[in-house]
Amino acid sequence: MVKQFEGLPREMIAMRASKEIKDGDYVNLGIGIPTLISNWIEGRDIILQSEIGMTKTGPLASGDYVDQDLINASCQPVMQMPGTAYFDIFQSFSMIRGGYMDIIAMGALQVNDRGDYAGWSNPARGLDLVGNIGGSMDLCAGANKLIICMEHTTPNGDLKIVKKLTYPATTKGKVNMIFTDLAVLEVTPKGLLLKELFPGMTPDDVQSVTGPKLIIAEDLKEIQL
Amino acid sequence: MIDKSVSTTEEAIAEIQDGAVIAIPGFFAAGVPRILLQALIKKGVKDLTLACGCGPLLGASEELKQLVLNKQIKKVIDSYGLYRSATKGAADPFEQAVRAGEIELEVYPMGTLAEKYRAGGAGIPAFYTSTGVGSVVEEIVITNIHENRAKKETRMFDGKKYILEHALKTDFAFVHAYMGDKEGNLRYRRTARNFNHVMATAGKVTIAEVENLVDPGELDSEDVHTPGVYVQRIVQVPRVTYAITID
Repeated sequence: MVKQFEGLPREMIAMRASKEIKDGDYVNLGIGIPTLISNWIEGRDIILQSEIGMTKTGPLASGDYVDQDLINASCQPVMQMPGTAYFDIFQSFSMIRGGYMDIIAMGALQVNDRGDYAGWSNPARGLDLVGNIGGSMDLCAGANKLIICMEHTTPNGDLKIVKKLTYPATTKGKVNMIFTDLAVLEVTPKGLLLKELFPGMTPDDVQSVTGPKLIIAEDLKEIQL
Repeated sequence: MIDKSVSTTEEAIAEIQDGAVIAIPGFFAAGVPRILLQALIKKGVKDLTLACGCGPLLGASEELKQLVLNKQIKKVIDSYGLYRSATKGAADPFEQAVRAGEIELEVYPMGTLAEKYRAGGAGIPAFYTSTGVGSVVEEIVITNIHENRAKKETRMFDGKKYILEHALKTDFAFVHAYMGDKEGNLRYRRTARNFNHVMATAGKVTIAEVENLVDPGELDSEDVHTPGVYVQRIVQVPRVTYAITID
């Protein structure tokens, strides 16, 4: 099978997702497409928290600014900002688990219409139960708003928005919104609401690559960039 | 005068025997006690349990490779202990040993691990957290060794489910710090701090490698991140430049 529809590039998925963040928000960005959100919020009053132990994480560092003692959760060198604070891992996860992050953005392997998502373990790797959890579950536990940024399907065209997770869950019932290359969706008590779609696509197109039955928003529009 | 300093890393780890449980701080490439790990390799002690936090052995990959080749590791505890890339992982001796059941890998969420070490050093035997509810973490201990998949307990508080997790105390803790004085007071630099403090408190014997060893009074009291009460040995090491990557 092959990927059926071409939509937004990764950077633009991140750009659309960045519009969900309000000035003054404290935000944590997971590995993958969410990390690209940092490119779109420079100059805005948004404070990035890095789980390694830092608030007001600056942009990626290069040249003379690279400091091996100053990295983000993806092990990339970053910059300090005026207003940056450093603290230890216990403090970091206290503020995360304690609900002080306004928005958490994560990537995912699969998401369902009840707001469950899987991302920490791929059984195809053949490692039985073990995988890399990192901070993902803590971030979900403390999130006030949890958004997923991912491709709508895998490169092979396999569904990622599914009725039932087949990969081990990271969390259940906590996802609020999903941003993909093809659509913007909201998890609601009634089901998965299709709010925006890639220009040129129809709701049927999006439904054809989505497992659960979609509710089509009355004010359905093109992805608002 | 209190002087916890020793001249060599060999002396610093002299008490470590086979079977020791050692806390290893570091978040990927930052704040990893690489020189002490090198001393551990040279000493040749075996059946070690390395209690980590977030992939310090992926950061110190040369040291990990050597420990695995020497068959010195019995078990690793971590939240993120495997290479992100499945292809790279398949070729990695550590992952191969985990796959073969030769090394045990016990996995926890990172915040749960942070709290386990903190509780261990703070006299709190166990705690409840909602992290992991809705995943297999709420059911069993995650490990590749089937017999060790102990069942977890959960409890409701205010209508919400929480998982009971236990404190983690270790025989030894390695620490990497930017500066330490001879009474064991430590100061870290930027994000190299990460797990160092909580592990210093959780280890019965805490051994610190510091880039700058100073006399008491030279590390400003307002700047002490880990009070010396938690530290038993301190040794000066060079500040080594390393690749900032886990790939």
